[in-house]
Amino acid sequence: MEPVLQVRGLHAAYRRTKVLDHVTFDVMPGTLTAIIGPNGAGKSTLLKTMLDLHPRLGGEVRFFGTAYRNAKLKVGYVPQRGSVDWDFPTDALDVVLMGLYGRIGWFRRPGRRHRELALEALDKMGMADFAKRQISELSGGQQQRVFLARALVQDADLYLLDEPLAGVDAATERAIMEMLRTLRAAGKTVMVVHHDLQTVEDDFDHVLMLNRTVIAHGPTTEIFTQDTIARTYGGWLRRKERVTG
Amino acid sequence: MSYDGWILLTASLVGLVCGLVGALLILRRMAMMADAISHSVLLGIVIAYLVTRELSGAHMLLGAAAAGLLTAVLVQWLHARGVQQEASIGIVFTTLFAIGVVLIATQVGNAHLDVQHALMGEITFIPWETTRVPGLGEIPESVLTLLIVLLVVGGLIAAFYKAWKITSFDPALAAALGIPVAFMHYLFMTMISVTAVAAFDAVGAVMVIAMLITPAAAAYLWTDRLSVMLLLSGLFGVLAAFAGYAAAWVLDTSISGSMAFATGVLFLISFLISPRHGLAARRLRAHAAAGRLKS
Repeated sequence: MEPVLQVRGLHAAYRRTKVLDHVTFDVMPGTLTAIIGPNGAGKSTLLKTMLDLHPRLGGEVRFFGTAYRNAKLKVGYVPQRGSVDWDFPTDALDVVLMGLYGRIGWFRRPGRRHRELALEALDKMGMADFAKRQISELSGGQQQRVFLARALVQDADLYLLDEPLAGVDAATERAIMEMLRTLRAAGKTVMVVHHDLQTVEDDFDHVLMLNRTVIAHGPTTEIFTQDTIARTYGGWLRRKERVTG
Repeated sequence: MSYDGWILLTASLVGLVCGLVGALLILRRMAMMADAISHSVLLGIVIAYLVTRELSGAHMLLGAAAAGLLTAVLVQWLHARGVQQEASIGIVFTTLFAIGVVLIATQVGNAHLDVQHALMGEITFIPWETTRVPGLGEIPESVLTLLIVLLVVGGLIAAFYKAWKITSFDPALAAALGIPVAFMHYLFMTMISVTAVAAFDAVGAVMVIAMLITPAAAAYLWTDRLSVMLLLSGLFGVLAAFAGYAAAWVLDTSISGSMAFATGVLFLISFLISPRHGLAARRLRAHAAAGRLKS
C-alpha cells in the first residue's frame, strides 16, 4: 500500500530558532495518529509547514504521491479554534459552507445542494439545531464541532487537526473521537495534534512523538513506552514531576 | 443639478464607498492600515502631479494605488524582519507622508495642492471643477472619480464575496484551500488606496479615516450577517453625509468635519441601542438573567 503522506527531511524555523529539524515519516491510509510532544516541539508548525502555510527551509512533503498544491481537495485542515475571530458576523452553517469554497469556485454562490451538505455535516456533529446560530453565541465545544463539521463537509481523504480536543467539554470530546473513528472506518486517514497523554493508548492506533525532530513513530502498542515518552518530553517531564509530585 | 445637490451627492458617494470598504477593513482588523494608507497616498498624488503636471482623476488614482501598495509592502517587509506590526505601520506612513509634505513645500507649491487641503479636503470647491462626460453632461470631476471607484470597489467586493469572507474569517483555512490570501491582501490595500484618494478631495486624509472606520464599526453592532453589515455600513456612510451637511449648514461650519462628527453620533447611538450588542440590550439581558436566577 502507498503511504498517503510522505515527509522527508523537513526543516522549518521561526526567525532564527529552528523548530523542525530533519523531520521524516510516512503515514499509511486508514490510520488514526496522535501527534504528541511538549510545548514548542513544533506540532502545529509541522502541520502548517506541510500545508505550505509556513515557509519550508528544506525537505520534501508529498500528499498522495504529489505536491500539496495538486492534492488540496483531498486534504482537510482544521486550524486551532483560537486562531479565528468568533465575533465575525456569520452563523454556524455559513462557517461549514466555507469548507466547500475550494469546490464551489470563485464566482458562484453556494447552492441548495451545498447547503444540504453543510447541514448534514452539522447534523453528524450533533449541531443541526445550531445551524442559524451566530457563532459567538456558541460554547467553545460547540465552536469546535462547527470546525469539525466544516472539515467533514470537505469530504477529504486525509484530515489534519490542530488540537481539536483542547479545552472542550466531555460530550464534545466524545463526539469528536466518535467522528474520527467513523472516518477511519471509512478508510480515511487522520492526524491529530494532541496534548493528553492519558488517552493516546485508547484513542489512537498510531503515534508520532515529536520534539523538533521525530523521536518515535509507529503503532501505539509498540512504540508508546515509558522510554519514548521520557525521550520526547525530556527534562520537561522530569521538571514537571518535581513540581507536582 | 444645484450647487448644494452636487455637494450632497459627492458626500454621499464618499460615505457609500468608504462604508463598503470600511466594513471589510474592520473585520480584517486593519483600521491602522487605513490610517497609514490615507496619509501615504499623499505622496502618490504629489509624485503623480510632478510627473504629469496635472491633477486629473486617473493619474491621482494610479499614484495613490502605487503609494498604498508601497505602504503595504514596506509594512510587511519590516514586520517580517522582526519589527512589530504597529511600529512598522507608524514608521512607514509617517515617513512617506513626510516626503509628500516636503515635496509639496519645495517642488509643487501652488494653489492646487497644499497640505491643509490634503488633510482636511475642500468639498465646497468640488462643484466648480467639472468635466464633460458623454451622456451625463457637465459633472464635477470628483463625482466622476467617486462613481468609477464605487463601481470598481463594489464590483470587486461582490465578485470575490466568498473569498473576502473566508480570508477575513480564517486565513489559514483559506490558504489551505488554495485561495491566494496574499493577493487578496494586496488587492484590498489597493482598494483602500483608491477609495482614500477618491474621497481625498472631498474630506481629506484625516476625515476619510472617520468615514472608513466609524460607519462600519456602527454597522457591526446591528447585524450578525456579513452582507447586511456591508449594506448597513454603506447606508450609515450616506446618512452621515446628509446629517453632516445639515449640521454644517445650521452651524455654518466645515462640511467634512460635520460629516465625521455625524459618523461618531451614529456610532454612539448604535452603541447604546442596537438590539444585539448595544449597551441597553446587554443591560436588559443581564437584568433578565439575574431575575431568572432569583426566582
